[in-house]
Amino acid sequence: MLGLNKKDAGLFTIVIVLTMLAPFILNPFPENSELAQFNAGYPDLMQRFVIFGIFAIGFNILFGLTGYLSFGHAAFLGVGSYAAIWMMKLLTLNVIPAIIMGIIFAGLCGGGVGFVARSRSGIYFSILTLAFAQMSYALAYSVLTPITGGETGLQIKATDSPLMSSVPEGEIGRANLFGLEMGSSYELSVGGWLFTFNAGYYIAAVCMLIAFYLSIRLFRSPFGMMLRAVKSNQQRMNYTGLNSKPYTLAAFVISGMYAGLAGGLMVAMDTQVGPERMFWTASGEVVLMAILGGVGTLIGPVLGAGMIKYMENIISKINDNILHQWFAFMPDGIEDFMVFIIHPFIGKGWHLTLGIVFMLVVIFLPGGLVEGGQRIGRLFGRKKRAEAEAESTAKTPAE
Amino acid sequence: MGILEVKGVNKRFGGLQALGDVNLSVAENSVHAIIGPNGAGKSTLLNCLVGKLIPDTGSVMFDGNSVLGRKPHEINQMGISRVFQTPEIFGDLTVMENILIPCFAKRDGSFRMHAFEGVNHETALMEKAENILEDVNMAEKRDMHAASLSRGDKRRLEMAMCLVQEPRLLLLDEPTAGMARADTNNTIDLLKEINQKRDITMCIIEHDMHVVFSLAERITVLAQGTPLVEDTPENIKGNPKVQEAYLGESQH
Ligand SMILES: Nc1ncnc2c1ncn2[C@@H]1O[C@H](COP(=O)(O)OP(=O)(O)OP(=O)(O)O)[C@@H](O)[C@H]1O
Ligand SMILES: [Mg+2]
Repeated sequence: MLGLNKKDAGLFTIVIVLTMLAPFILNPFPENSELAQFNAGYPDLMQRFVIFGIFAIGFNILFGLTGYLSFGHAAFLGVGSYAAIWMMKLLTLNVIPAIIMGIIFAGLCGGGVGFVARSRSGIYFSILTLAFAQMSYALAYSVLTPITGGETGLQIKATDSPLMSSVPEGEIGRANLFGLEMGSSYELSVGGWLFTFNAGYYIAAVCMLIAFYLSIRLFRSPFGMMLRAVKSNQQRMNYTGLNSKPYTLAAFVISGMYAGLAGGLMVAMDTQVGPERMFWTASGEVVLMAILGGVGTLIGPVLGAGMIKYMENIISKINDNILHQWFAFMPDGIEDFMVFIIHPFIGKGWHLTLGIVFMLVVIFLPGGLVEGGQRIGRLFGRKKRAEAEAESTAKTPAE
Repeated sequence: MGILEVKGVNKRFGGLQALGDVNLSVAENSVHAIIGPNGAGKSTLLNCLVGKLIPDTGSVMFDGNSVLGRKPHEINQMGISRVFQTPEIFGDLTVMENILIPCFAKRDGSFRMHAFEGVNHETALMEKAENILEDVNMAEKRDMHAASLSRGDKRRLEMAMCLVQEPRLLLLDEPTAGMARADTNNTIDLLKEINQKRDITMCIIEHDMHVVFSLAERITVLAQGTPLVEDTPENIKGNPKVQEAYLGESQH
């Protein structure tokens, strides 16, 4: 299918089905049940899942394949966002030109930063990329205020009149795709369940699927093999007649473009951007996503992105009252004790939970969630194989 | 004029004269051995040929073109491949991929963005890679991770990676060190065959005299960075100066 081998085609199909059915899958609990707060099937969060998925897929092309750890990737996310919002302010509220502009600008910046940072390897490369990202943040925060809106960032305002879109006087323009507004949703209520199908989510999801497909092709291509060669042994590469520099640079530009796509989509969804999008913690987050999911694997970064965004949005919403409800069946003293124990890990403490999960994964599953999945798969596989063997040995004597 | 002409090459590391006025001429399609005690400067000489080191003085001409000042990948694209003293392979990749990479380098040059085609669809290159794996008796190990190979296998793999490029000049730095006797003999046969059938010139550094005398047409003896003698294997065997250089070493 689509030039993919059987295994990749299977994986891609699963990802397509899961993303398309996400509004159902992420909303397993009825609206007014106690567990409804674990539902993640609302547009805002679903959009974030796929957008950060794209960001992480792109990051993984650089880090997972070439081993070059960029610690400033959020800069490209920000550049993509600023480029996209200017496109919407000036040209059209249609999201396509905005997204394309985001990709182009981020790619160009990726080329520049990559060219300089690539002159060093290892930790120095990481530090250089970090420095660039913090410089971009500083530029956006203050120096370039006329272009970036400074601390408050940029929004689409009633005063904006894009060249090619007609916005009624005094109204704030809304992002759309040929008239289909990003914010428009179709709600389906079945029994106690409420499912939301949001236009913006589906557009972002299609972008994610295309980005994912391209990354599979890249992983299986000679170019992808060369990038793994960069990680494995650059010395051998050079004495084999290959110039490792343009390979790494190309990987850097491509992963910058992925970040630009993610940044452009963010703007398409909520038509605003601020400098904090480029802050170093945002760069660190994508590193965590890749490692948590499985560096150098195809699906890992998407899983990592999903996991972190889920924790950020769901665990942070749990508060002491909810805990008290959960443990209400226990005797009072024990109930208070349980709430006391769990309290630091919820609400604003979700970072603590994330930190612990991250440490556990790195220590016990160095290959990330994907390795966890593989281990479970192998466990079942072994059982099956053992059964098959038992059968065949049972047969042999009869023959 | 040989295919490789080294003239008046000097290389110092601080106070150490690693190479002192080295002259070397390797005839096209010949097998030329460089022998000498440990620390004689043999590997340093090869490093000067492939762009890893730049000699302080002197010239290195390959097929009439200077290699000095060129990058390693450019020198390889000119037609020089090298097997290192400690195997340099792509440890994280499979044996097959290790062979495919030099195939792509040979066909597509030092950089090409072929990010959309599948490696699997390159049937011609795959076939070429399979053949060379057969030649070095590693066909059954094609899907193994290169890092998990034995030392001897790593060497054979690296040799296959160089051979598959069909270089005009192949530089081998102790290709049989760490190999079992049988593998060593296979390697000798393989190198002989390749030299004769594919017209690959070889320059080989070796401590194993069995290998040297089975393969080499000419031998250069290097001692303390300077060529002592250059002659045919028969004459080298009986040369008292050579005995001395080696005896001098074995007394340490
Ligand atoms: N990069 C370097 N920096 C400093 N000294 C070096 C360097 N490379 C080699 N040397 C020194 O130069 C001398 C020659 O080394 P070389 O590796 O060429 O010897 P060799 O003939 O290959 O020996 P062996 O048979 O042990 O491989 C040695 O004394 C070595 O320590
Ligand atoms: Mg040596």
